[in-house]
Amino acid sequence: MEPAVLTGEHFFNGDVACAEGALAAGCRFFAGYPITPATEVAEHMSKRLPRVGGVFIQMEDEISAMAAILGASCAGVKSMTATSGPGFSLMMENIGLGIAIETPCVLVNVQRAGPSTGLPTLGAQGDMMQARWGSHGHYEIIALAPSSPQEIFYQTITAFNLSETYRIPVLIMADEIVGHLSERVIIPDPAKIKLHSRPRPKGRKDRFKPFQPGPNGVAPMAHAGEGYMVHFTGLTHDERGYPVMTAEAQAEMMERITGKVRRNLDKIIQVEKYRLEDADIALVSYGISSRSSQAAVDEAREKGIKAGLFRLLTVWPFPEEIVCELASRVKGFITVELNLGQIHLEVQRCARGMAPAILVGHAGGSAITPEEILANIEELAGRVQGK
Amino acid sequence: MRKEILITGLGGQGIVLAGQVLGLAACLADHLEASFTQSYGPEARGGACSAQLIISDAKIHYPYVRNADILVCMSQSGYEKYRNMLKHEGTLIVDQDMVRSVESVSGDVFPVPATRMAEELGRKMMANIVMLGFVTSVTEAVSLEGMLSSVADSVPKGTEKTNLAAFNKGYDLGRAMLKARTKKAAAKHESKEQG
Repeated sequence: MEPAVLTGEHFFNGDVACAEGALAAGCRFFAGYPITPATEVAEHMSKRLPRVGGVFIQMEDEISAMAAILGASCAGVKSMTATSGPGFSLMMENIGLGIAIETPCVLVNVQRAGPSTGLPTLGAQGDMMQARWGSHGHYEIIALAPSSPQEIFYQTITAFNLSETYRIPVLIMADEIVGHLSERVIIPDPAKIKLHSRPRPKGRKDRFKPFQPGPNGVAPMAHAGEGYMVHFTGLTHDERGYPVMTAEAQAEMMERITGKVRRNLDKIIQVEKYRLEDADIALVSYGISSRSSQAAVDEAREKGIKAGLFRLLTVWPFPEEIVCELASRVKGFITVELNLGQIHLEVQRCARGMAPAILVGHAGGSAITPEEILANIEELAGRVQGK
Repeated sequence: MRKEILITGLGGQGIVLAGQVLGLAACLADHLEASFTQSYGPEARGGACSAQLIISDAKIHYPYVRNADILVCMSQSGYEKYRNMLKHEGTLIVDQDMVRSVESVSGDVFPVPATRMAEELGRKMMANIVMLGFVTSVTEAVSLEGMLSSVADSVPKGTEKTNLAAFNKGYDLGRAMLKARTKKAAAKHESKEQG
């Protein structure tokens, strides 16, 4: 057996760092279907998992890959899949199943430019709204956005911890650029990595109700084969897991699966504020685009413009309260993202007309340059001057 | 200290591996910040391909080359596509048999028969490693010790010895070329003073 945690200093690309983060988080099952630019995640897992006592399966497609990781998780194993745009679309239905049956798992989307086959080898951030609403019905989801190999390593651990704590599929919304970017990755000692596990049942097995919430709103999870009475269905179900076809049962189940996220926003949402204290212009960005934004903030400051960056490590749930608060003290927002305006819509909504909110983005295929952002900072700063 | 390095060529020439080897040396052996990106098309072989590496003693935000200090071209098309990325007085290194026409630039130009040298060593595939040896000797981007261990760690097991020999060939050629240029410059300087 090989060590699961490769403590030390490495030069990894984002995909490999993600796989190592998963192993460090205790992931021991991966099912997937190769797709550029996420293939290296699967490739690395296929080499490493068998050597640490785990299982890797290449499935026939992404629909079954998503189904397989839900199954493995129900059997008690931390599980993950990785894909890109076309595969992400295929996984949507079973993401919904994962939400409905409250099954922890991690799904990595190394985004490339779409729609359809798009630009397989080139980056984009065009699946951000699909991450939020791509499966049918109304639900809450957790999605993280890494900006470097080091960050994706840690975010993958965070993703597993959140998915276990709240019994929910967690999405890692990476992009081709971060996935294929190699940088230093420092992997800490396993003792320094804090891991969380799903709540587990106690008491009589015959009286167990698989969806009866515990104190934090999350139901303890029994594993297949342990002797507890369990029933999983995508149909609206009661605390016993049995289908109940009424509006009341629907309301109760929806309260459970959305409430556990909504009531814990402060514990889930992670953001980073860079030079924002006295900022007139607040950039809002995430993933690879936040790196270009950070460079632009520094260049704007050198020119005497008070710019700052609000970096989203958690994109969903969206940090509404913080953006609302910022709106009351900044003179303008610029959302920087590799699409034609998705998170921009959220920023506009939360700015509530108190500050103008513009977008710096394009349809994907290359990173946004710091120059392009800087030009927009200068333009907006000129426009809002004196306001 | 900040160096931006751009390596271009065709898919199959080991362009991406060359960038990876340089980045590994800069990051783990020289303990600098290194950001390595690559671009390639959907083809397995023969498409245009590039490797971009930024080495810095400060945190790197934007990970792409904007003004290359060093441009290495292993194909004519790679040269055509990226020659404008070379900064003023930057160093241009080309495989002289693959890049036939080079316009004059403000900085140093080094023509290197990397592919031919690799062929003479019995493996055309090692042209990238010959080139890395050359880059190591004529630029100060990475350390020799770092590169030797990085090459050995990055090539397929069992081929370390031949790859290191290829690396050394390139390195020695670079040394010799630099020495000849210094000598020539000194002679020029001397004749000027005498005249």
